[in-house]
Parts: sequence; structure tokens; C-alpha cells
Amino acid sequence: MRALAAVARKELRQILRDRLTLMILLFIPALFLLLYGYALNFDIRNIRLAVQDQDGSSRSRALVSSFVNSGYFDLVASGHDPAAHARRIDANDVRAVLVIPDGFGRRIETRRPVRVQVVIDGDNANTATTVSAYAQAIVADFAAREAAPVGIAGPAGAPLVLEPRIWYNPQLRSTLFLVPGLIAYIAMITAVISTALSIVREKERGTMEQVRMSPLDPVSYVLGKTLPYLALSFASALIIILVAMALFDLPMRGSWLLLSLAIGLFLVGAQAQGLLISTVAETQQVAFQLALLSSFLPTFILSGFIFPISSMPAVVQAITHIVPARYFIVALRAIILKGADLVTFWQDFLALGIFAVIALGLASLRLSREWA
Amino acid sequence: MSAPAIDVRGLVRKFGAFTAVDDVTFAVRAGEVFGFLGANGAGKSTTIRMLCGLLKPTAGTAVVGGIDVSVDPEGVKRRIGYMSQRFSLYEQLTVDENIRFFGGVYGLRGERLEARRRFVLDLADLRGRESMLARALPGGWRQRLALGCAILHEPSIVFLDEPTGGVDPLSRRRFWDLIGDLSRRGTTVLVTTHYLDEAEHCHRIAIMHAGRLAALGTNAELKGVFASRPIIEVQTDNPVAVMDALDARPEVEKTSIFGTAVHAVLRGAATDPSVVTDALARASLQVRSVTRVAPSLEDVFLDVVERQAEVA
Repeated sequence: MRALAAVARKELRQILRDRLTLMILLFIPALFLLLYGYALNFDIRNIRLAVQDQDGSSRSRALVSSFVNSGYFDLVASGHDPAAHARRIDANDVRAVLVIPDGFGRRIETRRPVRVQVVIDGDNANTATTVSAYAQAIVADFAAREAAPVGIAGPAGAPLVLEPRIWYNPQLRSTLFLVPGLIAYIAMITAVISTALSIVREKERGTMEQVRMSPLDPVSYVLGKTLPYLALSFASALIIILVAMALFDLPMRGSWLLLSLAIGLFLVGAQAQGLLISTVAETQQVAFQLALLSSFLPTFILSGFIFPISSMPAVVQAITHIVPARYFIVALRAIILKGADLVTFWQDFLALGIFAVIALGLASLRLSREWA
Repeated sequence: MSAPAIDVRGLVRKFGAFTAVDDVTFAVRAGEVFGFLGANGAGKSTTIRMLCGLLKPTAGTAVVGGIDVSVDPEGVKRRIGYMSQRFSLYEQLTVDENIRFFGGVYGLRGERLEARRRFVLDLADLRGRESMLARALPGGWRQRLALGCAILHEPSIVFLDEPTGGVDPLSRRRFWDLIGDLSRRGTTVLVTTHYLDEAEHCHRIAIMHAGRLAALGTNAELKGVFASRPIIEVQTDNPVAVMDALDARPEVEKTSIFGTAVHAVLRGAATDPSVVTDALARASLQVRSVTRVAPSLEDVFLDVVERQAEVA
């Protein structure tokens, strides 16, 4: 215990003295959040909209205003000729056409179901999906305000009344969805890299050999070295969340205790990964590259942070099961956005725990071989 | 006589097919300064690492401070101090923080830590510089601080692996004074070096070559190999021609170059040194001086290595 404390005290002093490392650990992550938070925005704006208003009532004009006032749609054309609208879509002049049937206003006043149609250019499936979701949200919102059963009709005019209800993120702001992913991404990189570098640095400078010549046991050494980084990474993750709450209106609907637990579990796994790298790499350069590759790429691509896992090929989906960030992001979204209980995501906690145990086991196996 | 501080028998260490240390046997008395001489790669560091419990011997035994290193390497670590040529201190920490860290690692605290801290500060002459960063210390000071940190826990045996690399001559001299102090207080010191002049400070010297112990003895004992082989030193501007001229004479066993001088080893104590002047005159070579000299450790080292190479 005494030796562990000596190592931890020394490591903390070194970190505090090394302003650069401290900055990298504490504030660069929050800076990352700002950069990515503003740049990584999947919201689509300025969707060119044409309107075919066959009703011409004050209600139909109110619906058109709802579309325009949402901020997502720009009204660029209107007219009664469907063929002209079709040509506009073909020419890429408009992306969506809102068709309001005759009698729209009357049916609302008499509280009878009514359907509007939104024709969307499907040349870009992602955009089309997004536009469709916006249209549904706006129509639903309008229906709620008018207290009338308004729905969007399918392309064939089938009598289908959609009632889209988007929970947790009613404005469908992608930032809210991205922030938990960003936290995972940034925490992973800083935890893996800082742990790997701090140990390989001692190898490079020869201080590791000096310490190995002493009666210090490897467990005290490793714990003493990693605990300060765990504390710092933890602080860093909390700073990210606070910044996101302040700047991006990130709600925090769940329990801080569960959140801390999730972050802690995830960080321990990430540090174990860094430790494992430090037993393989002999120089800081190699360690840095290994750490970056093994943390950055999977977390960015395979965690569901940006690309939905459900739309990946089956083989790739299988691979994502060994990416810890995958589980962490699910847990974070559940806690932060939904305020969910442990009951709903205990499997993700379990997976994080399993990853941490396996990584720690492998790392200590390699370390004890190297130490002896 | 008490048990030796270090007792090594038939020590072997192989790395794959390569034998780094090959059947080495020696013993070091308590309080002795024992020098390990040898070229880079001769097996000195590998031997030290085995004696410190860091590397498992492939064969043979090594008992350090009464403990078999293969049986209880951790026990050995508690009894020894180790310092390498890299003066492995934490550069971003201050002098004081380094001392406290190593003190903590060795489990020192309270009064004892305070007393040992003062001892190290005095030893390294770092009083008043406690809050300087280790990085900012000149080489000689860093070296003495590293030594101080290595002996904080008052080990009875200290291993120094090329402790004077990259340090100015004055600091080297001071460092050897410190080693002398340690030895007088009863600490056993095993030191490797490739500075031959430093080895003269050792009570006994072991010369390693290609993993084997090529020679072992006191300074005088080692130089004894030249008892019946006088060494003649020739100061000259043309050492290559001088060596050629001397090597042609049957009375000359061998020649070697020493800076601007040539050392010629004669066969037999009775050989008249005038054979050298004779040979030089016949070859009409101009030289500055021809003198009979006492053997240096460098003569011994070259002689040992050459003979070892002939055997191999």
C-alpha cells in the first residue's frame, strides 16, 4: 500500500508538472466536443419544398407555415399541376412536395380524419429518411395543435394514418444523439493513449528498470501508475458532459451514479487496453500509434457512434461485439437521454465489465512475464 | 573468514542459441570493491541482471547476500542497491521528490526516511538544491543523486552498471571517492566499467570476454602475467612502421598501439631491451624515446582478450 501510494504520488506530480499532458487530458477532450459537436451535424436544413395546396384554406396555409417555420424547409414553388412538381423533382429543383387535399380545412373543423401527402425525392436514401421524419414530426405537431386527426398518406394514397412520436429528442437534433458517442470516443482515446505512454515512457528512460530492481511488486506499480490517470480521465469525461449540457442543451435525465459507474467501467477497460499496449510496445512512438489505432478506429467506425450498427453487414456487426464503446454508447444514451434504469441496459454494463476483466487479465499476464 | 557477499558458481545465461554468460564462477568478499571489466557485449550487464534477480539464470547458482537469486529474487532485491549508466531518475521531479519516491518504494518512512534523505543530500552535495528538477542537474550531480537513491535503504551490496558513463573526469574521480567510502563502511560494491583507469580503484578485477571470465585477481596479480615479459614503450610518429620492424624480431612476442606510442612485449625476463633500439636503428626509423615501462591494466586487458581469442 505504501509503495502504491508512493508511485501514485509520483505519477500525479509528474502529470501536474507536465502542463501539456494535463491539458491534453483535461481540456482537449472538451475542445474536441466543441469541434465535433458543431461540425458533426447530421441535421439537414434548407430542404427545397414545393406545395400543391388544393384546399387554399387558412388551415392549409397554416400547415405550410408550419413547414417553413420549422427552419428545415424553404418554400420554393407552389402550384396545382402535379406534373410540374414532378419535373421540379427530376430537375433537382425541389426535394419534397407537400400535397394538401381539397377539403382539408373543412375536415379539420369537423374533426374528421384527413391525410396530406409528402412526395420525397429518394435519390439519397439517408436524406429522404431524414426529410420524411421531419415531415412526420411537423404534421404530428400541427395535428396536436389543431387537435385534429391529420396524417400523412402513403404514396398510393392508402388510408394510412401515421402517428409518429419521437421521444427523448423531439426536435430530432443529431447533436444529442452524437454527444454520448463523442464522450466514448474521446474518453477511449485519452485513457488508452495516456496509460500506454506513461508506462512506455518509463521503459524508454530506464526508470522502469530502476524500479524493477527494487522490491516494488508489479501490481502496486501498475495501480499506482494508472489510478491517477483513471481519476483524470474521469474528470475529463465529466467536463465533456457538463460542457455538452451547457452548450448543446444535453439533458441529463438519468442517475449520476449510474453514469459514473458506466464511465468508470469503460475507463478501466480502456486503461487495461493501454496497459496491454505498453507491454508490447518498446518506444513511445509505437505505443502512440498502437493506442491510437486500437482505440480511435473501432470507436469511431464500429461502435454505432456515427454509423448505425443495424445497417452494417452481418460480419461487421459481429465484430462490433468486441468494441467496448458499442456498449458504453448504448448505456450513455440510455442514461443521459432516456433516464433509463439499470434493468434496461444491464447487459451493456455486463459487456463492459467482461471487456475490462479480459483486457486486465491479458495485460497482467503479459506484464508479469515482462516483469519477472 | 565469513561467507562471501556474492557467490557465483557455473552461472550460464542463454538467449536462444546465443550464450551471453558462459560458465562464470567467482566470489566477492564483504566490503570489497569488485570491478567487472569487458568490452560491450562481453556479458557484464547480463551477469549483473542475474545477480539482481531481474533475469533467471539458465544454469548455475548465484547467492547474493546469503540468498539464492533463483529461489528468492524479491528477497535479493530488498538487500541490494542498483544503479545503471542511465542514472534513472525521474526528470520532471525535483531532487527531493526523487528521494522521497525511491524511499517510498523501499518502504522507508518517518525518522528513517528523513535521516536517509539528509544522508543522500550530503552525499550528492545537493543541500540547498532540493527543489531543483532532476532534469536541470549537471551530469555529475545526477550521477551522485542516482547513487544516493540506489542506497537509500542501506543495502549491504551495491551493483553499479557503468556508473560513470558520460560524466566529466572530475566528477568521475569524486564518484570513485564515494565508492571508496561505501566500501570502508562495509558495503560490498560490484562495479562494471570500460574505463581501465577506473578499474585501478578496485580491490579485485574480473575481466570478461565473450561471456567468459577471462581473468580474475588483484591489480598486482593481473599485472603479474608480465613478470617475465618486459614491456618496452616506443614514442614515435610512425607507429605502423615501428610495429612492423619490431614484429620481425624473434625476441619480440607482440606489439600493440597505445595512442602515439607502441608497446612491445619481449619474450623472457632476460631479453636485453636493446633489441628494440637495435631493430629500430636497422630499419633507420626515427623515434622520440624508448623506455621500459611497468604494465598497465590496459596491457593486461589486451593480453587477456588476445589470449582468449586464440583459445576460441
